[in-house]
Amino acid sequence: MNEIIYKKVLAESVKELRVVAPRIAKARKAGQFVIVRANETGERIPLTIADADPKAGTLTLIFQEVGKSTLLLGSLEVGDSIQDVVGPLGKPTHVEEFGTVVCMGGGIGVAPMHPIAKAMKAAGNKVIAIIGARNKDLLIMEDRMKAASTELHVSTDDGTYGVHGFVTTILQSIIDSGEKINLVVAIGPVPMMNASCKLTAKFDLPTVVSLNPIMVDGTGMCGACRVTVGGKTRFVCVDGPEFDGHQVDFVELVKRQRAYLKQEDQSRQEFLQHPDKRCFETAT
Amino acid sequence: MAKEKIPRQKMPEQRPEDRRRNFQEVPFGYTPELAQLEASRCIMCKKPKCIEGCPVEINIPAFVALIKSGDFIGAAKKIKEANALPAICGRVCPQEEQCEVKCVIGIKNDPVAIGRLERFAADFERLNSQIEPPPLPSFTGKKAAIVGCGPAGLTVAGELAKLGHKVTIFEALHQPGGVLIYGIPEFRLPKAIVEAEVDYVKKLGVEIVYNAVIGRFQTVDELLSEGYDSVFLGTGAGLPYFMNIPGENLNGVYSANEYLTRSNLMKAYRFPEYDTPIAVSKKVAVLGGGNVAMDSARTALRLGADEVSIVYRRSRTEMPARVEEVHHAEEEGIQFQLLTNPVEILGDDQGWVKSMRCIRMELGEPDASGRRRPVPLKGSEFEMEVDTVVVSIGNGANPLVPQTTPGLNTNKWGNIIADEKTAATSKPGVFAGGDIVIGAATVILAMGAGKIAARAMHRFMMGIPEPSESEAQGMASSKS
Ligand SMILES: Cc1cc2nc3c(=O)[nH]c(=O)nc-3n(C[C@H](O)[C@H](O)[C@H](O)COP(=O)(O)OP(=O)(O)OC[C@H]3O[C@@H](n4cnc5c(N)ncnc54)[C@H](O)[C@@H]3O)c2cc1C
Ligand SMILES: Cc1cc2nc3c(=O)[nH]c(=O)nc-3n(C[C@H](O)[C@H](O)[C@H](O)COP(=O)(O)OP(=O)(O)OC[C@H]3O[C@@H](n4cnc5c(N)ncnc54)[C@H](O)[C@@H]3O)c2cc1C
Ligand code: SF4
Ligand code: SF4
Ligand code: FES
Repeated sequence: MNEIIYKKVLAESVKELRVVAPRIAKARKAGQFVIVRANETGERIPLTIADADPKAGTLTLIFQEVGKSTLLLGSLEVGDSIQDVVGPLGKPTHVEEFGTVVCMGGGIGVAPMHPIAKAMKAAGNKVIAIIGARNKDLLIMEDRMKAASTELHVSTDDGTYGVHGFVTTILQSIIDSGEKINLVVAIGPVPMMNASCKLTAKFDLPTVVSLNPIMVDGTGMCGACRVTVGGKTRFVCVDGPEFDGHQVDFVELVKRQRAYLKQEDQSRQEFLQHPDKRCFETAT
Repeated sequence: MAKEKIPRQKMPEQRPEDRRRNFQEVPFGYTPELAQLEASRCIMCKKPKCIEGCPVEINIPAFVALIKSGDFIGAAKKIKEANALPAICGRVCPQEEQCEVKCVIGIKNDPVAIGRLERFAADFERLNSQIEPPPLPSFTGKKAAIVGCGPAGLTVAGELAKLGHKVTIFEALHQPGGVLIYGIPEFRLPKAIVEAEVDYVKKLGVEIVYNAVIGRFQTVDELLSEGYDSVFLGTGAGLPYFMNIPGENLNGVYSANEYLTRSNLMKAYRFPEYDTPIAVSKKVAVLGGGNVAMDSARTALRLGADEVSIVYRRSRTEMPARVEEVHHAEEEGIQFQLLTNPVEILGDDQGWVKSMRCIRMELGEPDASGRRRPVPLKGSEFEMEVDTVVVSIGNGANPLVPQTTPGLNTNKWGNIIADEKTAATSKPGVFAGGDIVIGAATVILAMGAGKIAARAMHRFMMGIPEPSESEAQGMASSKS
């Protein structure tokens, strides 16, 4: 059981929780994630470690409420506990002094980008962060990303804040400005990562993406998280989550993410329709 | 002589037409009367051959005699001297190849049903008494860390606790039992039984830390430097193999591990009461011919599939699954596409499986394993309509621990190399056993390895020298 000691609503349906998990807080590195199970009947879902405080022994998790499991997590309050938190999982981000690193975070992808930007900056890189959201209200972690980067750019799809357009719009203009870029890291919804990779491929810019397929165990035991990278099947939970974006079969990834749409919808509806069941059931 | 006239007693079981759609256990187990009748078939050999067949050397005639005399709890205690998990082994051991194949009664008649009797005694004890652990010796001052809470890890933990060591198990998942909990389905091994057997190990003072993926959460070196005097690696064979044929990443294609984990560990068969989803299938193909394939096929049926087929490239005689499991599967209506090999899985435009292209095989010359090699029959390709495919062709070793443990040697398949007699690995203080060493095998072999490891770890921690060959011989014979 991992107690929640802090909770904040960052944007509509985006929540931040800080949970007690001392050992993971100590061991984790940028790019790694945990798998959480909210309660006894819950499913196992992966969430990136958005930040950690080894002294306080806590992890920061930031998630968007999209279905039953994230809604259930979002309904927990300070003092409640998450049944299971396992990690740190996945390979850490490869961090070294590359020179100039562009860190692109789209939507909820800003959360997993945050620790990577922080680590890249600490390693002596010039970190150009580009964060974006559909609109101003959905933009998260602007202050924290500012602190984690050398320069910060913001875009919104509808132009309510920052540059009107996508994160790729900003990347294009940075490339056009002649800035020498050594590495691009892009994290966000698959279409955003796909678009980013298409753009960087044109300019031969090495690009790392962090993939988010459906997972179960997160230890390489089930193969649910398999994706095709460079024509080979890889398990994202142990071989990733980060891969060379130019090698990833994004079309397959999107299809695999949609494997349980019907059941997910059923779960979500039942959850929303039965407020009595929403309360947190602790394990017996 | 009269004794041999009593036939081997059958276990009453659910009728196939009832059980094919529920997850309750298939056999009901012996009644006390049936158990006593079956026990009376044993002639209590002076030199019991059956014990040789049991990897943990249970004193079989002794416990069978206690059942015969009606002392069922005494029988359970007798078994537990050698086997901490009798209710499990009585259910899942391949008895027909182990203890029972050696039974002298089996020469002319059916052998004594040792597994069924073991199961009966363990069930009787669990349901009719407060199971108390034996008195424990005082603390030796030594601490052992066990990685993996499968049958191997649980056995080492129990044995070391009984010797007075402080034992902590680190388990990656959120529940104990390893394959017993995530792999073997409820209808073959009820999870309440696994829990009860794990509780017994906990009563011996063993602590279990869940959600602890060693290699990530903590490394083996950290365990050794943070106060553990020795470490046992019992991480199992949990890396699913795929066929490497086109279409394997389509939706609806599962590894058996994923399919069974969703259903067993995550209880997807009770969706939406439990949140984890699993495919709702009409036509399922399970690729493979082992126990895992049978478990997957029978699970698919119980999840509501209309039609389930086992697709296996050799013939029935080569199928590695237990005869009893194949028989149960057949009774429930599972179909067998033998001498058939899938070559491609085909999908629709949404990325879902819609069919599978297969080719018929025939048996050619024997291969290295001594089994006749299947060869494709030219021009025999055909398409099979399916919406779910479960790939069940075996498991390899998970590389997580070896990758993060310098000095730990593995073989070319990635299995940890450990000494057969001492379970010692190439890394001082680190021992290993079970599926991670010998590859996917059986529960009882994992437990046997656990016992060997526990003895060696005890000696290592207490600074007792290795016994010489002759002493080791003496130890072995004084046990039975
Ligand atoms: C390595 C990794 C890190 C992630 N980090 C974050 C994060 O920091 N913040 C965040 O908001 N989200 C993150 N996600 C995505 C998050 O896991 C899903 O949003 C969540 O599982 C949705 O569950 P649900 O029941 O609320 O929604 P559902 O209605 O069940 O599903 C919505 C969508 O989420 C995906 N999903 C469903 N179940 C799973 C599962 N078991 N594992 C993975 N994806 C699933 C599917 O594509 C599905 O269509 C991450 C995913 C991965 C793989
Ligand atoms: C579906 C199925 C059916 C089977 N049926 C039978 C049968 O009928 N009869 C029979 O005798 N055998 C059967 N077997 C085989 C038998 O279950 C195994 O041989 C046995 O469980 C091996 O035991 P083990 O302790 O070595 O490993 P496992 O049971 O695999 O346990 C290993 C444990 O280690 C944990 N682990 C792995 N990595 C780490 C890590 N890095 N850190 C912490 N923990 C970790 C795993 O989560 C797991 O809990 C079956 C296997 C399967 C898959
Ligand atoms: S543990 Fe297995 S092999 Fe040993 S007696 Fe029991 S059923 Fe037979
Ligand atoms: S070999 Fe058969 S008859 Fe002899 S003791 Fe063992 S079980 Fe009994
Ligand atoms: S989530 Fe099971 S192997 Fe990656």
